Amino acid sequence: MSIKLTLRTRTDVPLEAQCINPDTVKHLSQSGVEHLDVIHGNETARLGDFFTVKGKGHDTIHVEGDTSNVKYLGAGMTHGEMIIDGDVSMHLGCGMSGGQITVKGNAADWVGPEMSGGRITIKGNAGHMVGSAYRGQPTGILGGEIFVHGNVKNEAGNSMRRGLIAIGGNAGDFTGVNLLAGSVIVCGEMGARAGAGMKRGSIVSFSNADMLPTFEYACTYHPVFLRFYLKHLQDQGFDIDDRYINGRYDRWSGDSIELNRGEVLLFKR
Amino acid sequence: MKINKTEIVDTFAEAFKMWGSRIIITADSLGWARAAAQSMTGFATSVIRCKCEAAVECEIAREDTPDGRPGISVLLFTMDKDNMSARLVDRIGQCVMTCPTTACYDGLSSEDTVPVGGRLRFFGDGYQISKKIGDRKLWRIPVMEGEFVVDDSFGIQPAVGGGNLLIYGTNRATTLRASLAAAESMKEISGVFLPFPQGVVRSGSKVGSKYKGLIASTNDEYCPTLRGFAPKTQIPDGIEAVYEIVIDGLDEESVAEAMRRGMHTAAEKGASLISAGNYGGDLGKYHFHLNKILKG
Repeated sequence: MSIKLTLRTRTDVPLEAQCINPDTVKHLSQSGVEHLDVIHGNETARLGDFFTVKGKGHDTIHVEGDTSNVKYLGAGMTHGEMIIDGDVSMHLGCGMSGGQITVKGNAADWVGPEMSGGRITIKGNAGHMVGSAYRGQPTGILGGEIFVHGNVKNEAGNSMRRGLIAIGGNAGDFTGVNLLAGSVIVCGEMGARAGAGMKRGSIVSFSNADMLPTFEYACTYHPVFLRFYLKHLQDQGFDIDDRYINGRYDRWSGDSIELNRGEVLLFKR
Repeated sequence: MKINKTEIVDTFAEAFKMWGSRIIITADSLGWARAAAQSMTGFATSVIRCKCEAAVECEIAREDTPDGRPGISVLLFTMDKDNMSARLVDRIGQCVMTCPTTACYDGLSSEDTVPVGGRLRFFGDGYQISKKIGDRKLWRIPVMEGEFVVDDSFGIQPAVGGGNLLIYGTNRATTLRASLAAAESMKEISGVFLPFPQGVVRSGSKVGSKYKGLIASTNDEYCPTLRGFAPKTQIPDGIEAVYEIVIDGLDEESVAEAMRRGMHTAAEKGASLISAGNYGGDLGKYHFHLNKILKG
């Protein structure tokens, strides 16, 4: 059994619905959920003004309808599960520390900012700043996993300190920029300046990439630890060929303008 | 009680509480994993002088290992919890980390853990890297061919050490054949290992010695050459050799099952009599009564 929220019509003005997460709705009646506050443009409104609510008091939330202009879904969630049938707008899973969010469509920018735990899965594409620090913040995500099966735009993993970001398709420019630690795995190609300013952590790509001059080639080897990650991604439904698990990778160390303890691993064809 | 013509003495094996760990060693080939496992389990027959008891448990298919490479499972037991971390760090550090292409993982799910990779990482001299995948924390230690990957901590659990059988025979060859066959059949039980060479011991020991400082000495009661004058000889007429099989296991049930299987195999292969060693029942926590085990 779960609670189902169906957006009746797409809103032209963005709707901020931080209240849609299992922690908030779990102990509320159907009416209580309908009376939760949402921000519509610059006005406070009720959730029930936009969503039809069915069911009550459960750890699983199904969200249906065209939610491509609904922001902050799953913000701050600590447990439970959210399944979103369509697309979502910005700040999905902002500050979440546990539980799982699955988006069957695409996500806009800022997936999982300030995340410290849990898992976000995007079956389609995602925008800029996936798992990234907010502007002005020193650190990005502190833990958890973000899986995007499609492509992402720029600055995935900006300043992340811990956790795993996996991208099934291509990534834009500045992948893993200012990375502090953690792992970013790109199954496709990366744009320009991957790992710029990284201190520690791992950026992995199955394609070659033009490395910045502040990175130094170290060796080509079999990284055993990567087998764990790639097997884990296979379990999560990523199409990872065995040649990537058993293959060799070029190891680049950098960024030498910082600690120089980061690594970029590029699959050797 | 008898199994066919083999007499089973109405006695019990006295075994002790130990702490157990399971170590999974993987490598690019089974050969290298086995080489590391053999090295790691060398000089680990008895806690009396080796500080731990260890042996290979089984081979593991690549699809069942943590990193998808061929693997070997090793069991290692110590008498106390505090000693486990040091033993694992010593043996994994010297025998597995040194062996080409290997990696080393925890094979027990247990709430009790001891640091292993968390201590071995210092070999990395500051160049080591930690990785966390779900609940698993790994250390990547740079070595001359790439990296040695090892789990941060290993699970440990209470275990049983010192289960045993004494296999008697009319001559050495027959007795050894029966003992070896019994040992082979016992090794098939999951969670059990026989720490001595091929699983068979010829120098069973008793507690203490006439010489000061020795905590164990030859078990004269079971030495055929001393039958003429040993004060309490246990060697019946017609018996020319006795071998002991020592069994360690992760739990009581698996040790008992191994003993049951070993008795049947030894009897089938020509053992004249099967007994077990104990210290009167006051020292060990576990008592494995042979007749009770056979009756199921």
